[in-house]
Amino acid sequence: MSTRIVAESGFHSPGPADFEFPPLFGEGTFFTKPMLVIVLGTIAVGAFFYFAARRSTLVPGKLQFAGESVYGFVRDGIARDAIGREGIKYVPYLATLFCFIAVLNISGIIPVLQLPATSKIAIPLFLAVISWIIYNYVGIKRQGFGGYFKNMMFPPGVPKAIYPLLAPLEFFSTFIVRPFTLTLRLTFNMFAGHLVLLLTILGGEYLIFEYQGLVGVTAGSVSILFSIVLTFFEAFVQILQAYVFTLLSAIYIGGALTHEH
Amino acid sequence: MTVSMAPIAVIAAEDGPDPLLPHTSELIVGLVAFALLFFFLRAKVYPIFERTYAERAAAIQGGAQKAEEAQAEANRLLEEYRAQLADARSEAARIREDAKQQGAAIIAQAREDAEAEAKRVAARAEAQLQAEREQVLRELRGEVGSLATTLAGKVVGESLQDDERSRRVVERFLADLETAQASDAAAARDA
Repeated sequence: MSTRIVAESGFHSPGPADFEFPPLFGEGTFFTKPMLVIVLGTIAVGAFFYFAARRSTLVPGKLQFAGESVYGFVRDGIARDAIGREGIKYVPYLATLFCFIAVLNISGIIPVLQLPATSKIAIPLFLAVISWIIYNYVGIKRQGFGGYFKNMMFPPGVPKAIYPLLAPLEFFSTFIVRPFTLTLRLTFNMFAGHLVLLLTILGGEYLIFEYQGLVGVTAGSVSILFSIVLTFFEAFVQILQAYVFTLLSAIYIGGALTHEH
Repeated sequence: MTVSMAPIAVIAAEDGPDPLLPHTSELIVGLVAFALLFFFLRAKVYPIFERTYAERAAAIQGGAQKAEEAQAEANRLLEEYRAQLADARSEAARIREDAKQQGAAIIAQAREDAEAEAKRVAARAEAQLQAEREQVLRELRGEVGSLATTLAGKVVGESLQDDERSRRVVERFLADLETAQASDAAAARDA
């Protein structure tokens, strides 16, 4: 609540309000800045891969190599590791998922845009729901409806006495906790990262230009410098969270495909 | 859930929208964008990457196989050359051995021939000598006979015209001479 005090002295502290955007083209239109980020990010990913795959050769050029590396990272580093040989079937989804999340995360540190679209809960939510649908679908398809639930709630190799405790927990974990943790982990990593960047940049700016004086300029400069360090840290977190979301989706799919948890 | 979001909701109520509430049109735009991206990449990009991977793997495997074949070929040639070299060496040794044996045989043959020739020459020389000796002896005997007869005629003073008799005398004389010689030789041998 200390920000409240500062706010009274003239500083507007960043908060959830900074995640609300008016329509870009005036009142009555629906298109907002997060949507612009989504559209631009999607086009960027599509164009990147389109040009990387165009005129594909055995000895790749730089762009082709970059595209293949990203695709290969998801293919071999995520799908094959987490799912196994069958993982290749899910690479198109996982690769798109990874790139989509990564670019919408990275948009948080792209100048001018400077908004991670994934900090808007709608994006991680529908992605988590898609992953949820996929892993439950493949689980039921592979093991049958009864088999899927039986293997999930009563995993073999566990003492029978634990089942009364384990069965509801597993059910709760698979059907409710997983999509929510996927959604909330990504959303609030981006949300918090964006807030911290806003705070250090806007706070530093306020200290230098509004508070002024030796203390203000010094503290403000430190804050601005710190925001640069944080920007690099954010870049790391943004890629990491895209990886985590994709990896967990792959692990859930892999878990549904095999009997073991 | 309502419990966990309570503190944020408090701020949200004061400060802006609830960050936990999804924005409907963002959700739709995001979903549509994601779906378009997914179908575009799945149709236009991923198959190309997969095909390139497969081709590359095939090319690398082909290269490896080619190298393996070349290696095998080289090994085979090397073995062949080694075998040929070993053959050539044993052949050379065999030839040398043969030559040595042949040389020895030739030398032995030559020696044998030379010995036989020498024997033959010696035998012929001996035979010739014998013949000559006999001839000389024969001539000498005739001459000695006539000479002795002539000499004896002169000594006796009478021509020993009767050839028959004089020849008998000479024969007897020579026979005596020979027996004397033979007995001399026997005596010498016995002694």
